[in-house]
Amino acid sequence: MKRSLYSIVTLLILAGLILSACGSSAPAEAPAEPAAPAEPAEPAAPAEEEPAAPAEPVMTEETVVIGFTSSLTGAQEVSSKRQVNGFTLWLNQVNEAGGIELSDGTVVKFDYKTYDDESNGERVQELYTRLIAEDNADFLISPYSSGLTSSASIVAEQNGKVMITTGAADDDAYKTGNTGLFQLYTPGSLYMSSTVDMLKELDPDAKVAIVYEAVKFATGVAEGIKPYLEENGFEVVMEESYASDTADFGPIVNKIQGSGATVLLGGGHYPDGTALARAIYDRQIGLKFAYLLVAPADTKFPELGDAALGIAVSSQWELAATHTEAEASNMGMEWFGPTGEDFAADYEAAYGDPPTYHVAGGYTAGLILQKAIIDADSTDPEAVKAALNAMNLMTFYGAIQFDTSEEAHGLQIAHKMVVAQWQKNEAGELERVIVAPADVATNEPLYPIPAQ
Amino acid sequence: MQQLNLLLTSLPDGILLGFVYGVAAMGLTLIWGVMNVINLAHGPIIALGMFSTFFIYIRFEINPYLGLIPVAIAGLLLGVVIYFTAVHRVINAPHLSSLLATFSVNMIIIGLGTAAFTTSPYNVDFNMGSFKLGATTILGTRVIAAVIAFLFTAGLYLFLYRTRPGKYIRAVTNNRDAAELMGVPSTRILALSFGLGTMLAAVSGALIATFFPFSILSGGGYELKSFVIGVLGGLGNPIGALFGGLILGVLEGVIPAFMNTSWVPVIEFGLFVVILLVRPNGLFGAKK
Repeated sequence: MKRSLYSIVTLLILAGLILSACGSSAPAEAPAEPAAPAEPAEPAAPAEEEPAAPAEPVMTEETVVIGFTSSLTGAQEVSSKRQVNGFTLWLNQVNEAGGIELSDGTVVKFDYKTYDDESNGERVQELYTRLIAEDNADFLISPYSSGLTSSASIVAEQNGKVMITTGAADDDAYKTGNTGLFQLYTPGSLYMSSTVDMLKELDPDAKVAIVYEAVKFATGVAEGIKPYLEENGFEVVMEESYASDTADFGPIVNKIQGSGATVLLGGGHYPDGTALARAIYDRQIGLKFAYLLVAPADTKFPELGDAALGIAVSSQWELAATHTEAEASNMGMEWFGPTGEDFAADYEAAYGDPPTYHVAGGYTAGLILQKAIIDADSTDPEAVKAALNAMNLMTFYGAIQFDTSEEAHGLQIAHKMVVAQWQKNEAGELERVIVAPADVATNEPLYPIPAQ
Repeated sequence: MQQLNLLLTSLPDGILLGFVYGVAAMGLTLIWGVMNVINLAHGPIIALGMFSTFFIYIRFEINPYLGLIPVAIAGLLLGVVIYFTAVHRVINAPHLSSLLATFSVNMIIIGLGTAAFTTSPYNVDFNMGSFKLGATTILGTRVIAAVIAFLFTAGLYLFLYRTRPGKYIRAVTNNRDAAELMGVPSTRILALSFGLGTMLAAVSGALIATFFPFSILSGGGYELKSFVIGVLGGLGNPIGALFGGLILGVLEGVIPAFMNTSWVPVIEFGLFVVILLVRPNGLFGAKK
């Protein structure tokens, strides 16, 4: 009996260890060894009658290793996994298309190395150090979220690596003298601008409560939007942050009601955003409009049921408002990459659900690295960095250009966001529609949100 | 005046939630009281209770309150299994051994839960309506959860004080050696106590899932609250835990009326330290 108990306990512990090992740190397959350069062909004896033909460039294959961490577990899991899915879709497509051919005959293909950061900043620093020092990653992609990216960016910069940041909107990381960071997302300080512009049209007398998660990204967004609200004549009647692990939003919602606010702007990430949306719905406090960061942009958000109705979100990209080659042509900008429709169809075929802006961000991170290598005609990090600094192009994801000043190097200065809102279609099903800016809107904003 | 209104608005919410916190803490403190084991698997078991409500309601479309019956039975059995596999061998060993044993169970449940459910939040779209009490909106789910929590507390009280197994539990709590000399089957009673503790954790999780979204990691926060409540109510005093839960619930409802919500955990854990320093037996006395 005693021996069998020991056996059961041992088996349980082993099962747990194996599962946690599988779940928490599943590095991708080791990057393929770079293909050995082709042996130079023995020079053939020149024929006496014919002059020697110019030598064809020798085709060699080079594998560029891209390193990043992803949050397979923890608070950032939902959005992070989507970002990684987008990135791997790009990587598979570019490799299947034969890679990038440089003028010296080198064919550049891509591989990646990744680890689970468990949504933990300290782990991010360890893992990015490992990606650089042990895995010899040539280029880096950021983890998801501003907080984790802030940790990763320190390591990247210390080691002189180029890091494309996606899923990270906070402005501060670009104002510390970095030279290797390049931001894809619209900066946090501009996140809610389109929403405020829309509110000005809808209800200039709205009283606004700003309630946000006490993390770097959401704090940056809140601090960025407050002056803009005041410039536009809105009264901010409440401003408050909450801890990331807050589950009971009842007291906060009561406080919003007590403040007399008619509009809520806030949120942070997926877990707290869903809890806050539900608390607002449960209490029916008479808000005319509620905007939350990040969570409503996810395809899982309608699992909240009617609590999702009317909740708005800024989106870095929506298929219904995807950017086009014609738009690039009108603006005199260079176009690069697939159309939004092709990207969405390929993603849905690969992963079975429609892409969110997190997916588009992950994909575009790879896409602009590809473009920078093409422009640089090299994989040399300094040449790629220079190409990124000079970049000014349009993709399905939108315009991309980086600030090259010393004060805010790498900050995204061209990309614009849209405002999406969960509304019900004719069949009574929830769908996310574009409500602002007016030139790309597909629906009128639902304002005020109907009482349930 | 506005703060007073806010206080009155949030107070009922805090009280109702406090009952559920109380049930969660009762599970932890019962196990500590009977066998001096700090059950670090308490949080994941609360999370499993949450998931059971999700599957019972979303997948099988059974009312979550009816679903509490199988949840309670499964919780009891799970506790007995955990006791015999992980705790029984180290019950007389130094506290560190039992702490590590239950921590291992904690890791196993979280590992299995992460593999099965990921760490994504889940939501039970369940609504029992609401009603106005002055300026306060009272949610039906919270009222029913509080009533059920109260019934579980009363049931536990009656079980401990009016039934033979309950009396055995109290006897083992007071002096295990003496109880064994009197013919009390202490091993079975310890297993039953552990089962009751996990049952209460699972039930509290199942109730919490009716009003908050959750993930497999959500139990950790409630486990920490259970420690605070256990210290407030007196470690090893299950009935004191209910009052401790009410105090914590009220604090969570009232503090945001006067200061930023971010201060809630600071004050909660500050109180935890103060009680440990000035009244280590808790406000309602530790186990007797």
